[in-house]
Amino acid sequence: MADITMRVWRGDPGGGGFEDYELQSQEGEVVLDVIHRIQATDAPDLACRWNCKAGKCGSCSAEVNGKPRLMCMTRMDQLPEGPVTVAPMRAFPIIRDLVTDVSFNFEMAKKVPAFDPAPPPEGGYRMQQIDIERGQEFRKCIECFMCQDVCHVIRDHEENKPNYAGPRFFIRFAELEMHPLDTNDRRELAKELGLGMCNITKCCTEVCPEHIKITDNAIIPMKERVVDAQYDPVAWLGRKILRRHKLTAEEAADRG
Amino acid sequence: MAEIESHDYDVIVIGAGGAGLRAAIESVSRGLRTALICKSLLGKAHTVMAEGGVAAAMGNVYEEDNWKVHFRDTMRGGKMLNNWRMAELHAQEAPDRVLELEAWGALFDRTKDGKILQRDFGGHRYARLAHVGDRTGLELIRTLQQRAVSMGIDVFMECKILRLLSDSEGRVSGAVGYWRPTGEFVSFTAKAVVLASGGVGKSWKYTSNSWESTGDGHAMALWSGADLIDMEAVQFHPTGMVWPLSVRGILVTEGVRGDGGVLRNSEGERFMFGYVADMFRAETAESEEEADRWYDDHTAGRRPPELLPRDEVARSINSEVKGGRGSPHGGVFLDIASRRSPEVIRRRLPSMYHQFMELAGVDITREAMEVGPTCHYIMGGVRVDADTGAATVPGLFAAGEVAGGMHGSNRLGGNSLSDLLVFGRRAGMGASDYAEGRLGDPSVDAAEIDTIIADSLAPFTRESGENPYTIQSDLQEMMQALVGIIRTGSELDTALEKLGELRERAERTSIKGGRIYNPGWNLTTDLPSMLTVSRCVALGARDRKESRGGHTRDDFPKADPEFGKINLVLRQPAGGGVEGDIKVSPEPLLEMPDELKELFEEGH
Ligand SMILES: Cc1cc2nc3c(=O)[nH]c(=O)nc-3n(C[C@H](O)[C@H](O)[C@H](O)COP(=O)(O)OP(=O)(O)OC[C@H]3O[C@@H](n4cnc5c(N)ncnc54)[C@H](O)[C@@H]3O)c2cc1C
Ligand code: SF4
Ligand code: SF4
Ligand code: FES
Repeated sequence: MADITMRVWRGDPGGGGFEDYELQSQEGEVVLDVIHRIQATDAPDLACRWNCKAGKCGSCSAEVNGKPRLMCMTRMDQLPEGPVTVAPMRAFPIIRDLVTDVSFNFEMAKKVPAFDPAPPPEGGYRMQQIDIERGQEFRKCIECFMCQDVCHVIRDHEENKPNYAGPRFFIRFAELEMHPLDTNDRRELAKELGLGMCNITKCCTEVCPEHIKITDNAIIPMKERVVDAQYDPVAWLGRKILRRHKLTAEEAADRG
Repeated sequence: MAEIESHDYDVIVIGAGGAGLRAAIESVSRGLRTALICKSLLGKAHTVMAEGGVAAAMGNVYEEDNWKVHFRDTMRGGKMLNNWRMAELHAQEAPDRVLELEAWGALFDRTKDGKILQRDFGGHRYARLAHVGDRTGLELIRTLQQRAVSMGIDVFMECKILRLLSDSEGRVSGAVGYWRPTGEFVSFTAKAVVLASGGVGKSWKYTSNSWESTGDGHAMALWSGADLIDMEAVQFHPTGMVWPLSVRGILVTEGVRGDGGVLRNSEGERFMFGYVADMFRAETAESEEEADRWYDDHTAGRRPPELLPRDEVARSINSEVKGGRGSPHGGVFLDIASRRSPEVIRRRLPSMYHQFMELAGVDITREAMEVGPTCHYIMGGVRVDADTGAATVPGLFAAGEVAGGMHGSNRLGGNSLSDLLVFGRRAGMGASDYAEGRLGDPSVDAAEIDTIIADSLAPFTRESGENPYTIQSDLQEMMQALVGIIRTGSELDTALEKLGELRERAERTSIKGGRIYNPGWNLTTDLPSMLTVSRCVALGARDRKESRGGHTRDDFPKADPEFGKINLVLRQPAGGGVEGDIKVSPEPLLEMPDELKELFEEGH
């Protein structure tokens, strides 16, 4: 007996709307499982992206009941009763159904200058765990682009996109800035690509499935560094060196 | 001929996992016009899912480690069926490839003195896997991706290749495919083609592999006249999730066992002590106390049996479950909760913690996990020259999971990521050399392109026909049941018959909707490769009348020294194409030089 209703957005750039699919629930299913069952029976042409089915690849982002979620990590039994709506991410142009054109992100990625370390010393690079912890946090990013999707600077403002890298790339700038071996200075570029337009609403941090503290650990420190760059290059250098003291007590304890 | 988009390159690389990215970086750095093509978005290939680490004898944790020990472990793990030259190059070059990633921005976990930390894994004598928690694949693919993007490589993403194209002399000279977001066709001419298309696991019901692992590269190589080897050698990883059903097959990294986790049956017994094969007895602990000493100091005890090579562990779990000592949902228990503190578990295995919490509602810091074997990796693949990655047809190169030989009949954990780096680079160099030396412009047959396009569109024209999803699911059920972890001759014969029926059904699929991002249509284009590869596996499995590594025959339970001297080679007579017959022939392994043979004698 059908006991769940999936209200799935179907359509293309010309328009579309929600269509209902009635199915019987199965134990432990996630939203992506149900979408797959719809594909395998009623709608083999229902477009969606996925790869890993375990929250590791960031392909299956969609808006479930209005909130950006990874479909593969959203358990059906943890959603409220009633129809489950599944819609594509709103900040990106529709290709079809749940699939959007995320090329904006790949274009932005091209603007990030490469990592540029000094040549390795005799015996190879040495880095302490404590000095790379922050970079590792940012490198957990699975490029689901949900932070980009919710960021109000571009969510409803197509016109801002060309000059706004968005939270995913702010953490990339921060990662490189804080890398113990990097020699490039990307603060000018971060400024050009809209760091100043972010007004710290933290919406991005809230949706990040990797729990990266995008605003507190990347955007705010980057904003400070950009300011330092304008007024005091010595303070910037100081920060680069003292970076390790900025870990919170909780994180230091967690490292055991 | 219909007008379609076309491109000309020196080198095209099909696949943007670790192997493809590394190959493309190589050929771009040589100044060659290079295209990188993949079915998904860039950065989403299977490589992103790798968890535990990349194996390289850097000796950062145990100074005693060196390439010879790694080489020996790899060969023994593969039950000596490996291409020794690949295993040698791999062991020698892996450390440089890992250090190169670091220079490109990768942030591996560190030792106390600031070097790259290495962890224990099954079959590796020393702690050898460089890693980032349990998300090493993400680090690897992102580093390579960022490197490739900064070099300005042309990337064709969500572009699916349907067939390779050859010139009139049989040299591979291009490929034809379609753009998933538009449904439009696209063709490439190239002086050299590198296949880096990954694995085949999607043809089994319970698998750790994604939708992409349909064996397209294996099949396309065969159809173009290239040899495949050892296709019966499929690895079932011992620890996949078993519950809930919807996540059955999803991988639980071997890192859980490397970091202290143990396997128990329903009686609470660490049953692996009862399954130590003679070959590994001398180096495996005999008691729990001895095994537990080993985790802290590898010289104070011998290895726990939970860290035997994967084929051994997977078969043992299978026997426990068959013997009625399984867990409630048909697996066994993997317990790290009682052995390590919650803090350590969360720090070392963050994504496992997350995965079980979110998907199964199990807190692995408090409870044991339920696990069982899942189809994971194919050791067999395109027969290549170790040094250059060249396949047996000119113009074609292969690297990564699609290539065969490196891992023999069973792969050690961590040896895939290193394989991608070492042989991705080598195939990139091999293809570049070939492209630079190739005279004249590569030419392809326009009529052939038209036929390929027409075939792929046929499902749209059939009014009624079969749903491709039903065929795929029937194939998966059948392969799981008849060509799974334990095989027998009669079941393999049945499997081959059923594959014939499935092929006929696959020719009668029908599809609704348009060409734009239509997954049903895409599946109709996957089915031919899935069926071809499944046939290759079944044929190899039927003819290898012994048990070795990932291939276990109930009716021939022992390894046979005669079979230990041969590869099973699969090929289609030139021009065979999709429909052609597949011949299996035994051919002798490459002869290992004496100085390497010595590594396997007593005392080592
Ligand atoms: C969950 C999991 C964990 C793992 N953990 C480890 C580990 O810890 N250590 C380790 O060493 N190994 C591990 N492995 C194995 C390892 O990840 C894979 O073997 C390896 O990543 C394969 O890499 P590849 O470059 O050969 O191909 P893949 O990464 O599979 O990439 C294949 C590429 O080919 C493309 N492609 C395929 N067909 C076509 C086509 N027709 N047209 C266009 N493009 C195509 C795909 O789009 C993709 O880009 C793990 C595997 C899994 C599933
Ligand atoms: S904190 Fe900044 S980047 Fe994040 S959502 Fe808000 S405005 Fe966008
Ligand atoms: S930062 Fe988080 S939300 Fe943004 S793309 Fe990365 S993983 Fe997704
Ligand atoms: S499918 Fe990979 S994150 Fe959902």
